[in-house]
Amino acid sequence: MDFPILTYMIFIPLAGMIVVMLLNKEAHTLIRYTSAFFSFVVFILSCILVANFDGSTAQLQFVERADWIPSLGITYYLGADGISVPMLFLTGMLSFLSIVASFNITNRVKEYFAFFLLLEVGMVGVFCALDFFLFYIFWEVMLVPMYFLIGIWGGPRKEYAAIKFFLYTLFGSVLMLVGIIALYFYTDPHTLSIPELIARNSMYGYTFQLIVFAAFFIGFAIKVPVWPFHTWLPDAHVEAPTAVSVILAGVLLKMGTYGLMRISYPMFPEAGVYYATPVALLGMIAIIYGAFVSMAQKDLKKLVAYSSVSHMGYCMLGLGALTTAGFAGCMFQMFSHGVLTGAMFLLVGVLYDRAHTREIAAFGGIGAKIPLYTGIFILFGMGSLGLPGLSGFVSEFMVFIGAFGSEYIATWIVVVSILGVVLTAGYILRMVQRVFLGPFNTRWEDLTEMNGRELFTVIPLAIFTIFIGVYPKPLVDMITASLDNVVRIVTG
Amino acid sequence: MATLEHYLILSAILFCIGVFGLLSRRNAVGILMSIELMFNSANINFVAFSKFINPDILTGQIFSVFVIAIAAAEAAVGLAIVVLLYRNFDIVNIDKINFMKW
Amino acid sequence: MIEYSYIIAFLPLLSYALIVFFFSKSNKMASGVAITAVLTSFVLSTIVLFEVLADHGPHIFEYEWISMPGLELPLSIYIDPLAAVMLMVVTIVSSCVHIYSIGYMHGDPRFPRFFSFLSLFTFSMLGLVISGTFFATFIFWELVGLTSYLLIGFWFEKKVAADAGKKAFITTKIGDLGFLAGLLILYAAAGTLNYEDIYHLIEHHQIPVIILSAAGILLFCGAVGKSAQFPLHVWLPDAMEGPTPVSALIHAATMVAAGVYLTARIMSIIVVSESAAITIAYIGGFTALMAASIGLVQNDIKRVLAYSTVSQLGYMILALGCGGYTAGTFHLMTHAFFKALLFLGAGSVIHAAHTNDIQEMGGLAKKMPITSKTFFIASLSIAGIFPLSGFWSKDEIFLSILEEGHIGLLILAIVVAGMTAFYMFRLCFLTFTGEPRNKEKYEHAHESPNTMTYPLIFLAILAVCAGWVGIPWLHHGYASFVYHHHPHHPHPNYMLMLIGTIVAVGGIYLAYLMYYKRSIDPVAMGARFKGIYTFLFNKWWFDELYMGTVIRFVYWFMEVLYRFDQGVIDWFVNFVGRFGLFNARFWQTFDVYVIDGAVNGAGIVTRWFAGGLRKIQTGAVQNYAFVVFLGVVLFILFRFM
Repeated sequence: MDFPILTYMIFIPLAGMIVVMLLNKEAHTLIRYTSAFFSFVVFILSCILVANFDGSTAQLQFVERADWIPSLGITYYLGADGISVPMLFLTGMLSFLSIVASFNITNRVKEYFAFFLLLEVGMVGVFCALDFFLFYIFWEVMLVPMYFLIGIWGGPRKEYAAIKFFLYTLFGSVLMLVGIIALYFYTDPHTLSIPELIARNSMYGYTFQLIVFAAFFIGFAIKVPVWPFHTWLPDAHVEAPTAVSVILAGVLLKMGTYGLMRISYPMFPEAGVYYATPVALLGMIAIIYGAFVSMAQKDLKKLVAYSSVSHMGYCMLGLGALTTAGFAGCMFQMFSHGVLTGAMFLLVGVLYDRAHTREIAAFGGIGAKIPLYTGIFILFGMGSLGLPGLSGFVSEFMVFIGAFGSEYIATWIVVVSILGVVLTAGYILRMVQRVFLGPFNTRWEDLTEMNGRELFTVIPLAIFTIFIGVYPKPLVDMITASLDNVVRIVTG
Repeated sequence: MATLEHYLILSAILFCIGVFGLLSRRNAVGILMSIELMFNSANINFVAFSKFINPDILTGQIFSVFVIAIAAAEAAVGLAIVVLLYRNFDIVNIDKINFMKW
Repeated sequence: MIEYSYIIAFLPLLSYALIVFFFSKSNKMASGVAITAVLTSFVLSTIVLFEVLADHGPHIFEYEWISMPGLELPLSIYIDPLAAVMLMVVTIVSSCVHIYSIGYMHGDPRFPRFFSFLSLFTFSMLGLVISGTFFATFIFWELVGLTSYLLIGFWFEKKVAADAGKKAFITTKIGDLGFLAGLLILYAAAGTLNYEDIYHLIEHHQIPVIILSAAGILLFCGAVGKSAQFPLHVWLPDAMEGPTPVSALIHAATMVAAGVYLTARIMSIIVVSESAAITIAYIGGFTALMAASIGLVQNDIKRVLAYSTVSQLGYMILALGCGGYTAGTFHLMTHAFFKALLFLGAGSVIHAAHTNDIQEMGGLAKKMPITSKTFFIASLSIAGIFPLSGFWSKDEIFLSILEEGHIGLLILAIVVAGMTAFYMFRLCFLTFTGEPRNKEKYEHAHESPNTMTYPLIFLAILAVCAGWVGIPWLHHGYASFVYHHHPHHPHPNYMLMLIGTIVAVGGIYLAYLMYYKRSIDPVAMGARFKGIYTFLFNKWWFDELYMGTVIRFVYWFMEVLYRFDQGVIDWFVNFVGRFGLFNARFWQTFDVYVIDGAVNGAGIVTRWFAGGLRKIQTGAVQNYAFVVFLGVVLFILFRFM
């Protein structure tokens, strides 16, 4: 395909941002529909990308390459493979849906949508950049709009949350930057091209690998977030406006695992093997710990936030396994968690808009009042606790099978992790029961059912959850070759 | 016979009286008069040195004429200031005239 | 037909989708669609049964699902005689329950939703039956769990119902952990989860026995959860909070039997692994005894039946643990019919009397002739009275235990048979005979509508006759159809038949004396054995035990971890932040007071000096003059001395 689709995907939101900034700031409806339009174009492009992607090969596709700063060996280098295409699709879809879900923002509308589109630039860019310089730029570009989106449109403790998020992530980025610079000077001739650096991975000494892997790992782990780097997540999620939580959980968290798969493992294979057990162990801790802590939450949104910690633990377990099944499980979990948790945040937002509270104990029996909402919520809840037929199950099962059959990690880690399944069921059902079931709390007598726009934002996610859960083959075919390639690089 | 020393002692006595007057008088006119005394002690020195060291040329005498002239001018300016002070502040006591300080 | 047997399962799913999307407002259409679907499935199952009778198979059809290096997970359909029989059982009971529900759920505001859930359940259960891999079984296994959860909590406004649903889901999920772990072990050892491939590998001794034992026991954990065996039996009695047709379908006849079905599917492992077999047999035996003992003293009609179900499931597990593949599955079938009948009868009673408490009933036989007669038939059947179906299947179980040589377990099983007869007839007598103990409720009682009684009659016929296919003298009966490896025709053991009958009659006679003739006072008996009575009445205190240990631990632990999260990890993060702020403040202070202080200090010192020095300018002319004079004097002194 000659059409530079990735470039368009990156820069259309940027164009959208400029257009939005030129609009009259009182023209709220126009601003909303303009930004929705631009993100919809990106979504369509991501669909085209998926349709044109050839999953049978691990080759990078849709490659675009141009010199940028030749004296430093920096190039404008984009491309996509089986690891990034699902993520690009997820980004396109969630961005569009989040923008639609943000139509109820009334405060400083113009800035909000401008920031949102800028955020999309960064997200798309990270998933297709193949040059470290470019990658780092996009990585940082995301931070700024995110900071403002949380800090301006957030909840009561928004400043604290925004600063915590920003500084924490920046701390990780700095370590990553150190790693990048180390790589740059270690290789001769100096290069910042990621595929090039992967191809030369046999040149890196063992100690160098261990150190640089650790630097990258912390940078990515903060983003995932891996226990114990997770505490920015509940604060940021709780304070962020609904749509931003969706993006945060649905896309931003995936960048950590994406980075590990795209950069850390193929670039430092020996370190990957060396760190297999710690990574899996961190995953196991996150699964169990996140589930227990979720159970203790009294705030609906915080519960979902902690459940993210638990769910991303499965990703880490799958990565630590260093098997194709484990990696595929991780990839599935990334996609599935993006869809499920995105939808959960949308639903919590819907309820919060009506009830102006998120305290679990304040509800009770509202299932009788708003059956449609309840049905959809339970669907996603079930997906999140790993019910077969929904996407969460496929990913969990693949992770477990991949990890159990792995020669790099001990069996007991997997066995302990399995306990997470029942704990997840515990906190989800406990929450469902306390919010929707039981005697009706008459305080919510005039709670209204979801409206068309809200349904529009969650129905696509529901379809994907069921589709992936029932028929995972398309996604499997898309990712297998690339992941198998990575696993082969790591395990030799 | 009066020698140079006698003149010089006289002049020193006069000068000391002048200095003492200058430093201790409270009345501005008195201070002016003390200054006149010091001028005149200098004049005595000029004339005495001229007579005893080089009597042929009258350098010392001429200097003392100049000094007298200047002293007169000085006294005139000084008295004018005193008169003005008196007119403006109604005082001639030099102690009280200390506005020109920090 | 057999290659399209997935249609049997997918018809109810279609019905579910139709009801959810199109008929969610129409009671008539919803029930019509659901019943049509399940009846069609029933007809198709019959066809499949006949095809399997002609060719025992197994008939296997495989479909690709996930395929990648290191992970092959196909889905497949596996129809063997057991599956064919189960298909019949499920579709028959499900059809009866569907029809019965029209009457029972009449007037419920969520009537269409009820039928949609029933359809979803039927789909999942049929899917479970035809699954050809442990993996597919697991999928449907979880789905039936979901529908069970939804249906128990159908009247979710009642807190107990919502609680019971949650309890059921989580308790069975604990068992499912074992199932999942077993799957992982099997997959790691065998590289496949297909029944056929695994059976093949086991037969050729490709998998070490130790791994098989571990996998077998872990898979059996799933069955323990789903079939409510000790120690995970606590959810089933609570599940009785759901609508009674649900109890009949899910919590008596089909879903809880899924555990037995799974245990039958791992018969190859049980045969090979001594330890797995012993574990399964003893858990089954213990559960049978424990549940029966609790059933003796309960007063809620549905709870008595629930404990009876647990006990009977224990029987089946016991039989399977003793290698009685035919016996266990045979009892599974007969039990499904008479237990469904008992529950539907109980539902009919509850529908009429508006109470669950048998102490408030009495004399209902006059008001409800059909219900009472069918209930008696079912009770006779479960008690094991010749020639009803329960007699034959129970006898098979005794025989299989005897053949395995577990005399202790055999005696236990016989004792349980007596207890079963006693509590069932205690229930019958208290409900249907004697004087009405609650006049008001008695007055309002009436026979149920036809939609409810016809299924009762139909099931009563099955409760009588279904067992006849397994009469030991029959040469082409059940034993030559459903078997493991090769048909097993035990010689009829008349001694055992006699003992079984005597014990059953004895149990009935004791119940007759205590609750009909009243010649033994039950209250006095209860007072005499007060310790045992309280112990049994409180269900061995299992709920309290779990509440006090596991659940308390989880709640405690979650609080501890949350505190840890906030107090240690987040504290540390905030500490780093605060440390940064502290540093910032410190250096700010340093900057203001030290560096900037030096600059300002120079100025300050200058001013300070100047402030001192300017004092000497007094403005008094004589002072200046004096200084000048002093200067001159000093100059002279230094110059000339």
